[in-house]
Amino acid sequence: MTQSDIAIIGAGPAGMAAAATAARHGATVTLLDEQPRPGGQIYRDVDRVNQPRADILGKDYQCGATLTRGLRDAGITHVKGAVVWAIEDSFTVSYTQNGQAAQVSADRVILATGALERPMPLPGWTLPGVMTAGAGQILLKQSGVLASNAVLVGSGPLLYLIAAQMVRAGTPPRALVETQSRYDLLRAGKHFGGALRGAGYLVKGLKLLAQIIRARVPRYTAATDITIEGDTRAEAVTFRNRGRTHRIACDTVLLHHGVVPNTQAARSIEVPHLWDNAQHCFSPVTDQWGATPVEGVFIAGDSAGIGGATVAERAGRISALKALEELGQISPQARDDLATSLLRQKAKENAVRPFLDTAYPPCAQALSPADSTLVCRCEEVRAGDIRQYAKLGCLGPNQAKAFGRAGMGPCQGRYCGLSVTAILAQENSLGPDDTGYLRIRPPIKPVTLGELAAMHQSTPADAAE
Amino acid sequence: MQADYAIIGGGVVGLSIAWGLLKKGRKVIVLDGEDGSFRASRGNFGLVWVQSKGLNQPAYARWSQRSAALWSDFAAELADTTGQAVPLEQKGGYDLHFSDESLYQTVEKYKNLQAQLGTEYPFDVLGHNALRKEEPNIGPKVSGAILHHQDGHANPLRLLMALSAAVHQQGGKVLTGKTVTEVTKPDGFVMRCADGTTVEAGKLVLAAGLGAAVLGPKLGFKAPVRPQRGQVLITEKLPKLINRPSLIARQVDEGGIQIGATNEEVGHDDSVTQSGISSLAAKAIAAYPALAKAQLVRSWGALRVLTPDGLPIYQESQTMPGAYLVTCHSGITLAAVHAQVLPDWLDQTAAAPDLEVFSEQRFTIS
Amino acid sequence: MSNDLPFLEMEKKPTVQVTFDGQRLDLPEGENLAAALLAAGIQTFRHTAKTGAPRGPFCMMGACFDCLIEIDGTVRQACMLEVQPGLQIARPSAGGGDHDPE
Repeated sequence: MTQSDIAIIGAGPAGMAAAATAARHGATVTLLDEQPRPGGQIYRDVDRVNQPRADILGKDYQCGATLTRGLRDAGITHVKGAVVWAIEDSFTVSYTQNGQAAQVSADRVILATGALERPMPLPGWTLPGVMTAGAGQILLKQSGVLASNAVLVGSGPLLYLIAAQMVRAGTPPRALVETQSRYDLLRAGKHFGGALRGAGYLVKGLKLLAQIIRARVPRYTAATDITIEGDTRAEAVTFRNRGRTHRIACDTVLLHHGVVPNTQAARSIEVPHLWDNAQHCFSPVTDQWGATPVEGVFIAGDSAGIGGATVAERAGRISALKALEELGQISPQARDDLATSLLRQKAKENAVRPFLDTAYPPCAQALSPADSTLVCRCEEVRAGDIRQYAKLGCLGPNQAKAFGRAGMGPCQGRYCGLSVTAILAQENSLGPDDTGYLRIRPPIKPVTLGELAAMHQSTPADAAE
Repeated sequence: MQADYAIIGGGVVGLSIAWGLLKKGRKVIVLDGEDGSFRASRGNFGLVWVQSKGLNQPAYARWSQRSAALWSDFAAELADTTGQAVPLEQKGGYDLHFSDESLYQTVEKYKNLQAQLGTEYPFDVLGHNALRKEEPNIGPKVSGAILHHQDGHANPLRLLMALSAAVHQQGGKVLTGKTVTEVTKPDGFVMRCADGTTVEAGKLVLAAGLGAAVLGPKLGFKAPVRPQRGQVLITEKLPKLINRPSLIARQVDEGGIQIGATNEEVGHDDSVTQSGISSLAAKAIAAYPALAKAQLVRSWGALRVLTPDGLPIYQESQTMPGAYLVTCHSGITLAAVHAQVLPDWLDQTAAAPDLEVFSEQRFTIS
Repeated sequence: MSNDLPFLEMEKKPTVQVTFDGQRLDLPEGENLAAALLAAGIQTFRHTAKTGAPRGPFCMMGACFDCLIEIDGTVRQACMLEVQPGLQIARPSAGGGDHDPE
């Protein structure tokens, strides 16, 4: 087992920034990440992207290279392709790399596990050819692979970003089917003042939109009754808009209605989570340093609440400073001196969020799916099944899981957990906090029995019948 | 709210009894706990098991045999009533051994029990080669097995679901999210819950698993139950690999291989540990080497509800007559007798089984 | 580059041979396996064990487990692997009808 002062899980902006800050001040860091190269999803493969692709992806993406350069510090051990599956005992982190299980021990853990696409259960969303918008972006960033005949469905800035990138690449989407309405934009108006503090972000958004419009990509807003048609693969998207039914034939459907914190690792070590009404998701309980009520555990970046890449970068540094101070590597005074401007920048960059969250709310149809819509992709459980369990007295997702297997498959609820909580909450007229969430246990990612068994230190008691 | 019976505990034990009472025309209210309560009903291994039960108390072996024999009718009736299938397979089960000594020591114990029982106790001893014919995927380290023909396995979660549906369908009330804090018996029983709910009933059955340790003494029971952690693994769904279940592994009806279970005295800690799941994985691979390549999808810890001698308790309160304690660590195996036989004992009819040996008096005598 | 395929590769890269369910494919070496299979025209990576429904990559980031494929007897996420010469890729064999259909 290797030993470090700090184990950081996730090499996106938060994790990379945390690692660089911690190492610069003398701490030893093990940075564990599932991908073969650093960057996280936002800066995926930024170090090996070639020039035409980099131009399509834009300057914000290329900025990630500054962070990957920060990992070139002797104090940082970057374990690539490491899938973490257990965190225990303050702290032993178990992971798999190249088909072999290994462990690292550390005094502090910083979780920088990023975000997941908000589950978007719509009829047909499990068909081959239906992907998240984030998946579409990953294909482009990492592999230079583009969907040639795609429809984008949902709401939010990421939808415009990928649409604009597809336009620049010469494969504009067939259409943008957007679920937000003008009413949402009007409601967002009251947050406009705050948003102006992050005006750069808004200007970028408007530029993206201009590119999409210039390329004559059809846009349909306030779309309802969305269905993805197809037998063995996606063939078309149908929806209603302004009283009319539309059908757009396509090969690929990219879904997006916001991202939510990836809470699996934090939940597996019982970090408490609370419902965030503005972002419409559960977020872990953290203080201004990203410290959680579980001693020694920090959460930085989108996994602590959605803020985006630059906020995540600040948050990573802030958590690292607090961990450094706790480890005695820097004084409380130095910590505060270094953190002050980071905290201020983070607050400023977060100021645009209330506007975005209100202007681009989650798709209502997907938050309360029709009975026949699958919510649990792995175990093929439908929304109506969950409602049936509620009628049998099912109060929370753990009972629902026992009754109908939603959340039991290999994704462990990553793409159904929020849906199940929302449906039960609605049926039982309870809030999301009272309804609760799936209990997440290790292994937080599947691991082969062979890898597990290889870690077994044989003791006679274990072998006893 | 008034009922003939209030059942405290909405797990498999409580719901089995509730369904049995409802079928006899009783009015039943079940008080069930929180989504996050300790629940053996959600964490168990799903065996309907006879062998190794009651080696020191033949009455327990008989009680288990009686339930196993009733199980297929019980499951069929549940399925008919609710439309919810309860997958069950009773083609026998194994006790796998990694050495001849341990195999033959166990065989001696079974023969001894067989002699005392005076009923059928059908088992065969399989050497490695005979076992391999039955289980082509068995590993070379397994020296043999006892195949007991009365053993089998069920889907315990589908059972829980079907029982819930059956209780609702028969007019039973299940109140979830309730923690009973106080019970008085001015005339009938009055139960108060933490959220202010009050329930009245003529009789009361305490089937609250580990919760009985807290509430039991208030009702005049000793309720000497303690938690024992069992960690359990389940793999991805796989093609058929295992034909018959054992205590080490079974292939569930959905296709995954369930691997069990640790026996850990760690109090009310139901967490999963790397060392625990690694030891289970190692043993399962020793039994079925092909499992080395299988992905572990989930693991969990659940708390067994154990009495000092491991046997069930069926006890009427002496200070509060009409209150009954029912606790066991084999709620799945015993579900059939709890639904089909125990109601007669609670109603004190002529058909009531003699459960004297399971009274908690046994814990004072020693 | 064929316009008939749902996915296009922007750049031509050196390829290596692999097989997918016995079919020979030339995929770009070192690239993400799920992306390479999609670009090669493979849409259905597997069928679910419960209903046999077809599935393909959904999240491309190791979270959804829909792009499962089998290599050397172990089921893995294609989106978490890279193309190597000689890979023998199969659709996972679970759900072969051995289980209770309910």
